[in-house]
Amino acid sequence: MAAVAEQVSVPGLRPATAGRNPWALAWRRLRRNRIALAALVLFLLIVVLSLAAPLYAHDIAHDGNVLSPNLNGTTLVHGKLTPVMQQGGGVLKLGEAPIGPTWDLSHYFLGADGIGRDVAGLLLYGGRASLQIGVSSAVICCVVATLVALVAGFFGGLTDTILSRLMDIIWAFPVYLLAISIATVLLTKSTGIQVGFLHVSATSLWTPTVIIGFIYVPYVYRPVRGQVLSVVNKEFVEAAIAQGASNVRLIFSEILPNVVSTVIVLMPLMIATTILTEAALSFLSVGVQPPNVSWGTIINNGQALLYTRPWVSLAPGIMIVLTVLSLNVLGDGVRDALDPRAKLRVG
Amino acid sequence: MAGLIPRQRAGRPGPPPATAGTPLLEIRDLKVSFRTEDGLVRAVDGVNLTVNEGETLGIVGESGSGKSVTMMSVMRLITDPNAQFEGQVLYKGADLMALSQDQIRSIRGAGIGMIFQDPMTSLNPVYKVGWQIAEQIREHETMSKQAARARTIELLTAVGIPNAAERADSYPHEFSGGMRQRVMIAMAVSCNPDVLIADEPTTALDVTIQAQIIGLIRKLREDFGTAVVLITHDMGVVADVADRVAVMYAGRVVEQGTRHEVFYDPQHPYTWGLLGSIARLDRPRPRRLAAIPGMPPSLIHLPAGCAFADRCGHRFERCAERPELLNRQGTGHLDACHLTPERKKEVRDRTIHPELVEEKP
Amino acid sequence: MLTFIVRRTLWTVVVMFVITVLVFFIFFKTPGVDPARAIAGRNPSPQVLAEVRAQLGLNRPLWVQYGVMMKKIFITRDLVSYSNQGTRVVQEIFAAAPATLSLVFGASLIWIVMALVMGVAAAQLRGRIYDPILMILALIGVSTPVFWLGQVVNLITQSSLHSNVFKWLPPLGYTSFTTSPLLWFEGLIFPWITLSILYIGFYARVLRANLLEIQNEDYIRTARAKGLSERRVLVRHSLRTSMITFVSLFGLDFGALVGGGAILTEVVYGIHGVGFLTYQSLTNLDLPTIIAVVIYGAFFIVLANALVDIGYAWLDPRVRPT
Repeated sequence: MAAVAEQVSVPGLRPATAGRNPWALAWRRLRRNRIALAALVLFLLIVVLSLAAPLYAHDIAHDGNVLSPNLNGTTLVHGKLTPVMQQGGGVLKLGEAPIGPTWDLSHYFLGADGIGRDVAGLLLYGGRASLQIGVSSAVICCVVATLVALVAGFFGGLTDTILSRLMDIIWAFPVYLLAISIATVLLTKSTGIQVGFLHVSATSLWTPTVIIGFIYVPYVYRPVRGQVLSVVNKEFVEAAIAQGASNVRLIFSEILPNVVSTVIVLMPLMIATTILTEAALSFLSVGVQPPNVSWGTIINNGQALLYTRPWVSLAPGIMIVLTVLSLNVLGDGVRDALDPRAKLRVG
Repeated sequence: MAGLIPRQRAGRPGPPPATAGTPLLEIRDLKVSFRTEDGLVRAVDGVNLTVNEGETLGIVGESGSGKSVTMMSVMRLITDPNAQFEGQVLYKGADLMALSQDQIRSIRGAGIGMIFQDPMTSLNPVYKVGWQIAEQIREHETMSKQAARARTIELLTAVGIPNAAERADSYPHEFSGGMRQRVMIAMAVSCNPDVLIADEPTTALDVTIQAQIIGLIRKLREDFGTAVVLITHDMGVVADVADRVAVMYAGRVVEQGTRHEVFYDPQHPYTWGLLGSIARLDRPRPRRLAAIPGMPPSLIHLPAGCAFADRCGHRFERCAERPELLNRQGTGHLDACHLTPERKKEVRDRTIHPELVEEKP
Repeated sequence: MLTFIVRRTLWTVVVMFVITVLVFFIFFKTPGVDPARAIAGRNPSPQVLAEVRAQLGLNRPLWVQYGVMMKKIFITRDLVSYSNQGTRVVQEIFAAAPATLSLVFGASLIWIVMALVMGVAAAQLRGRIYDPILMILALIGVSTPVFWLGQVVNLITQSSLHSNVFKWLPPLGYTSFTTSPLLWFEGLIFPWITLSILYIGFYARVLRANLLEIQNEDYIRTARAKGLSERRVLVRHSLRTSMITFVSLFGLDFGALVGGGAILTEVVYGIHGVGFLTYQSLTNLDLPTIIAVVIYGAFFIVLANALVDIGYAWLDPRVRPT
């Protein structure tokens, strides 16, 4: 019966919260939410670790490049020089297997992958790619979706119908299949393609970024358009129209500030989703392409080593779970902080 | 309506019938507060009210005065985990606040019926209205589906729904607001309750429909002998139907008496303000409708003394001390204002509405 | 209702058409990509290239190319894979469908039951410690990549523990129900659980939020004021209205999974369904198969969308057209 409490507390809330900046209020609520704060700290920690990848790599790489194969190299295990690729290390003590975890931070802490690369180092570099793609595609997605939603909601009528129907169609398209289609076509041409002045190389991190950003546009478009529609007929917009404000000013100074909170609530959840999608596409080998690595590609490489060297797969998976979990928890916290009585409760 | 004879309530569990002399429903020192982010909100602050068999009690006050929360608490319908309750609610001698969930359920809908402010949202949108009424009947009485349906159609006819047999199979969104409120009323009286609590039943409706709904409630009371508690912020509605009136302000009852006493001899300055804000056609048109200056106080930081003092034009030193709801007249008319009756009369005559006293019958 | 269904069906046809056009453009008209070369597989000979051009009418006008493609997918169903020695791809998709359907049906059964239990339990236990615990579990489920979870499950069940605890478990792969119902069940039990984890988490969260939101609705207060038991209020009033959201989500997810969305689970468990087929085609860039899978997959999803809309109207009288 929160409705009753709300009704009652309206006069009561006045002295404490009325007239305060809503962002300051939201920040205060978020600061009180210890779980959300812990999630934020965890996420920032992962970001910092990934950004520091070169520092760590400098320490461990045989030739300063963690990403290049090291089939004939050696490393120190308990002070002894040991080959990175070991004969008879396979399932039946046959064949060649990469070295397992040494639990020594500067010497193949988590062991090596199928071509002798340091998994711990890959993990940090993979984190860079995964986070970069996750964050940039979520930003691209939110910006595009918000712009389209603003135009559709503001102009309404035929513009709205056409744009919304278009979004419905992209929405109807299976997410992974759409991404796979675009990615495979780009991959068939390994030199990359030229669209106008834009050169997209198949191996560039921007290829998965743009693909992932594009496929999720309708997921952000729908709630934001709903928000635009609820604002567009409010009195303050009419007041601005009466003052002779231009359409551009109306959209950007009157309506946009009122939908920003919706976008901010969606943002962490979108980053979580895009990171998972990137991992899935990379696992299917249509995401990040060599020589780049991401958490998804490391798991893909680890598939073949699953029963002999499980840490190659386990470690990046744990990183993905921690990152996505922290973002989801943070997303919940941001939503509760910005809109304590939110309608949108989907994670 | 005449065809609808109140039925015996066979085998209903619950408290024994009231003994003569005790009121049907008695609220004793009820306090309700909500813990919020900004502190404890005292929504109801020590309310005493009684409802006698067959009478209509009007509870008047601004939004946030605690009138709805009071009656919701009577029904134990406030499920907010942050709510705290104190005090007693005696229904036929049994304390509702102390009953088990099963016991209170047998009283909800059967002994005490309730209708709500917004008929648009108070009915479940996915069920036919007939189903929703029959559901309540079958919850409280052992009855076949056919019998419950026949009863439902009878009830819908009684509240003035044309083609009731057909309309029973319509969904709530297929009715107008007024018709939906009629459905709500039919549902609330379907088990012949002793008390009908109507929480702002006309607020969400058009003015013309309001009169019809109030007329319907009055008619039900006459036909069934049901006691009615009418919660409203509209003095006009109370003047129409209430036998007794309680005026609430900031979670407290500030004045209580018969309709005649409260309307023709109001004792509390807040009541004067409420009466002054009614537009009247039989008086010279005022330049503008009188309004009570200021805002209701914060329910978190209630003043220690009279809660109305800040908005009152007649405050004096004693107002810093909390006024009890007392009988200051020698009749059943209670009020919570420190002014002496003589002073009140004088001030009222002189300043607020001289015409009110001139017209004493 | 009939006009609504007709209108909805027409819209479905339009969406289908636009999707096929979109797919056609992605595969045949991406600037800088020669469709013949892309379709002919790796290092095609000039003869094969010429054959592909002739087969798909790539030298003819745009709309003819589109028409030829659609004809080969839907009518004659003789689209062939060049990377895979001329296999007919549409037939391959139909052969793979039972495995995918088995996987998705079983998983959806698990996730519906579990999500209902968890969502209702969390909503009912609100304010107690169980609610946040259940919701953190749900959130972990939502945050775990399904393919990685599959690997972890395989690591546990197929590796060291396989010689004792999981002795009964057959090796990875799919056995059809008609071959051996027991092997079918044993081989699918972990894929079912793995696939359902994400959806259990998601649906439990949605359901809990929905139930709590409905808890504040006026008609729930009315239901209580009527004297109904908490159980009846929950089942007949709260859950019944929550089902509107629940069922529409389910339709979309079910469609997406049948339409190829189960690819990750199929790959880690070696279940030769539609998703696995897609994966194989990806690894050898077998474009005709991918095109056919994408179009059939989209078809399923659009169909599911339409069914959801009709089901929505059936569940919610307010949107039901009269």
